[in-house]
Amino acid sequence: MANLTLVQAINLALIQEMEKDDRVIVLGEDVGINGGVFRVTEGLFKRFGPSRVVDTPLAESGIIGASIGLAMAGLRPVPEIQFEGFLAPAYDQLCTHAARMRARTRGALTVPMTVRVPVGGGIHAPELHSDSPAAFYVHQPGLKVVVPATPYDAKGLLISAIRDPDPILFFEPKRLYRAFREEVPEDEYTVPIGKARVVLPGDEITVISWGAPVVQCVTAIEQSDQSIELIDLRTIYPLDTETIVNSVRKTGRAVIVHEAPKTAGLGAEVASRIMEHCFLYLEAPIQRVTGFDTVMPYYKLELEYLPEAERIRKAIQEVAAY
Amino acid sequence: MPVRTVLSTNIEYISILDEHGEFDAKLGKDLISDEDVVKLYEHMTVCRRFDEIAFKLQRSGRMGTYPENRGQEAASLGAVYALRKDDWLVPCYRENPGLFWRGLPMEYILLHWMGDERGNQIPDGLYMTPQAIPIGTQMLHAVGLAWASKYRGEDRIACTFFGDGATSEGDCHEALNFAANLDLPVVFVCQNNGWAISVPAKIQCSAPTIAQRGLAYGMECVQCDGNDIFAMVKVVRDAAALARRSHRPTFIEAVTYRLGDHTTADDARRYRDSAEVEMWKKRDPLIRLRKYLVDRNRWDDEKERSLQADAKEQVAAAVKRAEEIAAPSTTDMFDSLYAQLPDQLRIQRATLRTACLGQDPSQLEGGIEASRQQGIEETVSEPGLP
Repeated sequence: MANLTLVQAINLALIQEMEKDDRVIVLGEDVGINGGVFRVTEGLFKRFGPSRVVDTPLAESGIIGASIGLAMAGLRPVPEIQFEGFLAPAYDQLCTHAARMRARTRGALTVPMTVRVPVGGGIHAPELHSDSPAAFYVHQPGLKVVVPATPYDAKGLLISAIRDPDPILFFEPKRLYRAFREEVPEDEYTVPIGKARVVLPGDEITVISWGAPVVQCVTAIEQSDQSIELIDLRTIYPLDTETIVNSVRKTGRAVIVHEAPKTAGLGAEVASRIMEHCFLYLEAPIQRVTGFDTVMPYYKLELEYLPEAERIRKAIQEVAAY
Repeated sequence: MPVRTVLSTNIEYISILDEHGEFDAKLGKDLISDEDVVKLYEHMTVCRRFDEIAFKLQRSGRMGTYPENRGQEAASLGAVYALRKDDWLVPCYRENPGLFWRGLPMEYILLHWMGDERGNQIPDGLYMTPQAIPIGTQMLHAVGLAWASKYRGEDRIACTFFGDGATSEGDCHEALNFAANLDLPVVFVCQNNGWAISVPAKIQCSAPTIAQRGLAYGMECVQCDGNDIFAMVKVVRDAAALARRSHRPTFIEAVTYRLGDHTTADDARRYRDSAEVEMWKKRDPLIRLRKYLVDRNRWDDEKERSLQADAKEQVAAAVKRAEEIAAPSTTDMFDSLYAQLPDQLRIQRATLRTACLGQDPSQLEGGIEASRQQGIEETVSEPGLP
């Protein structure tokens, strides 16, 4: 075991998969000599050389389009997009090609690619360095979308993603990159994609979240008197409906927390699934604590925008009192 | 400091068999054997027939929208002829002659336009991606395919096709930039057919040539007569040799002309002068190639009659295969979306014919677990051609 930050856990996963499988190559802007702007790929260039850790031209569509070709030829590319705010230029390649290739060729060509993207706010970053666009990609059939919230899950999920035969968007909450350390096995292990994790058990209220707000949820729950079950979805496509449903059938009350804007956010889908499966079990309306339907503000206001612990705590109290 | 010239260059235009059938014996020496010229002419004739029939299939309601390839047969065919069997082909949608030459059965293209994904299910060992419908995006896939080949130490290269309109797209420029700067063995073949639907090529590129776009990225670039199969074979052979030898890309502008409409949904008379079309009809790649063969006593009217009959038969057989394939199964849309179908999709698949609550697994006896099992059991249909 080693006591690692989320950055270190991801770095270790990359090293171990690259050691194990020479089809795995890392490419992107500044991922080579510089080790990535967040240092996630630190040391990889020195260890694996310039043919496997590649500084590409500065072009996101190019990075993803070229990765699709690499993957169709049988490699396992792990491209990095530097910030989620710069993922939009690659949207076309992701949704027009990566997501559809297996389906439109009826399995003749596939795209085993893991796109790593730092995501979300809370680090006082400049404009377009703090958004939460993950749900855009949830709406595109053919992709899988993973958002770890702990070092342990980050390592296990990244290894699963790299070994997965389909294209995966791997969003790394940058606010959690160095927020805390956790014991992480030094050996390789996998965490299954599509399985949520019950972070805290409880039987009065269910709180469902993923990514950086999971930490805020823990704080809010610690400040609440009720017995609260906290679910970290970990993968937002495919959704682990079963874990959500089992919990809400038990508690009858649910609060969903995410950073992205409220309208048509993933919380709406989670709430809808709860309605489909738990209608007769519900004791209170489902509440959502989310970013607002505004453009992500610059960092002076970002903590007002983000679902911080106090807002979550209030929602928990409202749902409890209903 | 005096003003210095830091770069001066020129772009070559290659023509070997011109529109009058005049052959440059020096440039064309040993380029294609007469036996192969016969085969290429025969293939182009079959492809021309394929186009006619595809057009009629659309007009008679037996097929959806179709983009005619008519007039551009030499460009993709010459390129593919000049490549190795295991080089990647990354086409857009006006490269039927090249794809068929490589071995793609003709019914695949028909199936694609008949709205059936099995037309994209490229048979093993053909090293090609399916027709790309968005513009220019596929060029980056060629970059990645070539990159994988270089990474593995193989000498397989990638050749991608795109139109004059595609050179306005950002992905085109990203692809050229990646290939040049990362030293990747890609042959870029721009089929400049003069028109992107109704927009003339000069709106896409105001420079004297499209070929010089490659110059800006520091790669070899050349313009050629795209209706001259000899010129195509020469420029692509040279480009492929360079790519194989030193991992350098080449940008080729093949000047050709779209004799038909953009697709069957288009009417080019709305925006195109008929005199221009008539002029290009005289530059038809088939006419000059037939003259070449006749001049060398390799072709006569009897052979032509026999070829026409054979082309008819081949195309009719392909149409028959495309039309006789069993209808796709409704569940096919689920079955090749992921390597392993996620639970929620298994449930949708298992309950797709039930009413609005069809996605509720509690409708099924045994709940989610039962629907998962049912999904697994139903995932047995084998997509593919008979």
